[in-house]
Amino acid sequence: MIRLRGRLRVLRALTLALILLLGARLWQVQVREGERYVAAAAATRTRDVVVPAVRGQILDAMGRPLVRNRTTLVVSVDRGALERMKDGGKSVMARLGKVLGRDPDDLLRQIRPCGPTISRPCWTGSPHQPAPVAGDVTARQALQILERQEDFPGITAREQAVREHPGKSAAVQALGYLQPVTQEELEKREGLKAEFSGIDVAGRDGLESVYDRELRGTPGRKRVQVDRLGKVLGVEHETASRPGDTLITSIDAKVQAVTEKALAEAMKSAPQADGAAGVVLDARTGRVMAIASAPTYDPEVWTGGIDEADYRRLLSEKAGLPLVSRAIKGEFAPGSTFKMSSVTAMLRAGYPINGRYDCPGSFMVGGRSFNNFRGRALGVMSLHTALVKSCDTIFYRAAFEQYTKDGGRHPRGRPKEVMANTARAFGFGSPTGIDLPGESPGRIPDRAWKKKMWAATKDQNCRRAKIGYPEVAKTDPGRASFLKALARDNCQEGDQLRPGDAANFSIGQGDVLVTPLQLAAAYAALVTDGRLRSPRVGWMLVRPDGTKVKEIKVPVRGKLPLAPYERAYIKRALSQVASDGTAAGAFLGFPMKKVPIGGKTGTAEVYGKADTSWFASFAPVHDPRLVVVVMVSQGGMGSQTAAPAVRKIYEGIYGLAPKGEKPAPAALPGGVPASRPPVILPDGTVAKKIVPERGRVR
Amino acid sequence: MNGLVGTRGRPFARRPAGVRSPVWKADGLLIVAVAGLALIGTLLIWSSTRTWTADGTSMLKKHLLNLGIGTALAVAAATVDHRLLRAYTPLVYAAAALGLILVITPVGSEVNGAHSWIMLGGGFALQPSEFAKLALVLILAMLLAQPAEGDDRPRGLDVMIALVAAAILMGLVMLQPDFGTTMVLGVITAGTLILSGLRKRWIAALAVAVAAGGTAVWFLDVLEPYQVARFTAFVNPATDPRGVGYNSTQALNAVGSGELFGKGLFGGGQTLGRFVPEQHTDFVFTVAGEEFGFLGAVTVVVLLGVVLLRGLRIARLCEDRFGTLVAGAIVCWLGFQTLINVGMTIGVMPITGLPLPFVSYGGTATFANMIAVGVLQAIHMREQWH
Repeated sequence: MIRLRGRLRVLRALTLALILLLGARLWQVQVREGERYVAAAAATRTRDVVVPAVRGQILDAMGRPLVRNRTTLVVSVDRGALERMKDGGKSVMARLGKVLGRDPDDLLRQIRPCGPTISRPCWTGSPHQPAPVAGDVTARQALQILERQEDFPGITAREQAVREHPGKSAAVQALGYLQPVTQEELEKREGLKAEFSGIDVAGRDGLESVYDRELRGTPGRKRVQVDRLGKVLGVEHETASRPGDTLITSIDAKVQAVTEKALAEAMKSAPQADGAAGVVLDARTGRVMAIASAPTYDPEVWTGGIDEADYRRLLSEKAGLPLVSRAIKGEFAPGSTFKMSSVTAMLRAGYPINGRYDCPGSFMVGGRSFNNFRGRALGVMSLHTALVKSCDTIFYRAAFEQYTKDGGRHPRGRPKEVMANTARAFGFGSPTGIDLPGESPGRIPDRAWKKKMWAATKDQNCRRAKIGYPEVAKTDPGRASFLKALARDNCQEGDQLRPGDAANFSIGQGDVLVTPLQLAAAYAALVTDGRLRSPRVGWMLVRPDGTKVKEIKVPVRGKLPLAPYERAYIKRALSQVASDGTAAGAFLGFPMKKVPIGGKTGTAEVYGKADTSWFASFAPVHDPRLVVVVMVSQGGMGSQTAAPAVRKIYEGIYGLAPKGEKPAPAALPGGVPASRPPVILPDGTVAKKIVPERGRVR
Repeated sequence: MNGLVGTRGRPFARRPAGVRSPVWKADGLLIVAVAGLALIGTLLIWSSTRTWTADGTSMLKKHLLNLGIGTALAVAAATVDHRLLRAYTPLVYAAAALGLILVITPVGSEVNGAHSWIMLGGGFALQPSEFAKLALVLILAMLLAQPAEGDDRPRGLDVMIALVAAAILMGLVMLQPDFGTTMVLGVITAGTLILSGLRKRWIAALAVAVAAGGTAVWFLDVLEPYQVARFTAFVNPATDPRGVGYNSTQALNAVGSGELFGKGLFGGGQTLGRFVPEQHTDFVFTVAGEEFGFLGAVTVVVLLGVVLLRGLRIARLCEDRFGTLVAGAIVCWLGFQTLINVGMTIGVMPITGLPLPFVSYGGTATFANMIAVGVLQAIHMREQWH
């Protein structure tokens, strides 16, 4: 027993050591390093949930909502949950497809994460965030999913705020759309060290994109306690979200609707038309009252995740690229609407304003005959008549003379290029700077541009000049030989501005391209104070309770190189176009006495396609308040397609109708644009009466 | 030593076997410590299972029932003279072995990958491996309590038989497979052998054999992959914090976040979120650490220490080798489980599925532990007869 007792003592020592060891280690873990584990535990126990801020509305100039929010039942799929299933969630998605009446494969495509090789439809959000697959499901469908969660693991249906466009497709390209924010976008947002949740959205186009920061608001944060499986047990603390600002625009929903309708009808009336754009500007302020592009689409397709067919359609050439705003992105030769720039250039080059100019049927430029429209000789006339009757040869001659003066093909020193530089002063060749993304600059084909273009295309052209276009020749030998000659020309002398280029440029043909918005902005400057403005759609940002955040000013880009009397002269000439000139036919029966309209038609030839139809207009002529520009791609002559569309827009604005028809109520009574943004009351409604500003007597 | 040790062939000492001893002769401190542990355990189990059912007390009630049965068993064990127990030891051993055989047949049920349970219905189940610990304690003590003539070391043949008896139980438990219990059985065997006065060179030889066996097991892929992974995760918890390292990391988070005073009963967010698995059984100590803090956790360790030290005291005071060996073996058993169970929650031992004595939920373990306490008391009371 002595030995046994001895060994018991050893065991006792071991036991004491055990207690001391465990006690010491507990001291170390719980007291010395406790804080570290408190933090680690909090990190595993809690999740920060982003409480989305209510996105600001977009209102029109009368306070009518262009974009508002509504709640919808959205079905979302948690990819992670599907991946953990034995069959990768195929059976669940098949069941979901049945409930929603959709193809399960289509649904699966919608939830795969986007990547370099995976393009839409795909999920742009976080892979850990449930991806929406269907919006606007019925309560019945949602219940089917929620009540049988054992059949639908990883599938949820919940209410979510989505955008609603009361005007359906109206101004949809200008308003833009929302998509889940990407990781990179979120990181770019300054001051927001938010964890990527995937439920944040970002404006992807139009006003939603440009004013995204203001519309977005500040999301709130909720720290919730979760269990091991991520089930929420309770809320630890919460910071409220701050709703986004309301964006008041200068768009007038009714004028917009009138414009859209006119474009749609114009597209229908011209069988070859493949696109159209319309812009209505407040002539004095440069604010945009309507901006439309046809064809258009219903923005509802973005709600609850866009499906494959819809997305393909939006991007398809065949459907006419409805996603693209032709008003700011469409670049087209302006045709005769461009002549106000050419007249200005002539005045700046020293041609007398009261001079008499011969308008022969054709004019020889560089050994080639350049004709008037239909080759008609119109006799000797003033510049005024040249604009009204749209004489071309006067401008050919002036352009050729200036071209020769600059040194022709091989200019000595720095050529003046008065035609091109005047066009630039009208704002062509550079973006107008409107508050919409992706604007095109258009193109001024001057000598520098020619050189640059030639450098870029020389190799290709010279190769084609040799081998021709055998693949085109099979079906269209005429076109092939034309293309070959063109390639040879461009190869040999493509770096030189040829006399023909100069002549074409003067009547808005050839390589010159403008956007409908550029033309509208230029006309607005011409018929008002001569200041070229950078148009604005956004007018004012206010808090949801109406407090003003900031007014969006319309910047002045420059001044037209015209003295007031010269501007008045050109305006007077343009004022006669609709009554006596090229657009007289389109405005037959229009009450010109009541609403006198001025403008300029344009018919731009496009090789291999039907003409681009233009009409740039303003009203009333004595003191213009509105500028309306319509462009119909492949619409034919300006007087045939664009001018009638513009007439319809004016009829809608003023509440007029052709004889024998009953006029609709005026979209904008008196044709006077709103002088100040609508007043939003603290409860978020719009004040009925316009409250006069303090200190101002009306 | 007054020569009254119950050695082979000699009549039992001063008092005839089977005569009841007074209750007040029981070791009061041991009772207090066990009662304290049972009370704390009850609170912890309540806290960790209160969200399981609507009324939140179903597990609590079951545990209280287990404790009640356990106490009854302890009292019953305490009333049996341990020298009588010795006579029944072969029967106990046979019953335990039978139970272990039964459990690996289809009669047994599998829970968490181990075929360790015999379902009794009504949510109760028996885990024969817990009784195997008790049986092993008794059989080893019985075999090794008979020293060779003129020596106080066990006879070589008895050691051999003891090793075989232990190996049978360990083998059966290994078949379930229950690695943790096998280790406990191994520790009981080693502890009893050493206590019994085995020669140091025998001890060394056995240690070498165990080491060689362990190496063989490691390299012959006898271990389940999860066991290897657990060991790897213990050596380096960062290997796979979401996988095998998860339990260890979460346990440390729970215990550590309790700090000095704890978050209070029912106040543990980690417990509420069930981040630590099995937190009413094997990981119950994390609840103590989180909700009662360092003070509470140390109290549990100290109370367990008191149980162990009282057990050692009883072993020391016992005048017969059988009683001493039984008490010593029980201390080895409970001490090892304490070390592993508390150690694994604070990152000093690998994760092994062993309950914390008197604290963890689990009917059979509670019964076995309480019987062990009863046996300790029985030994104590008989030796207090002076």
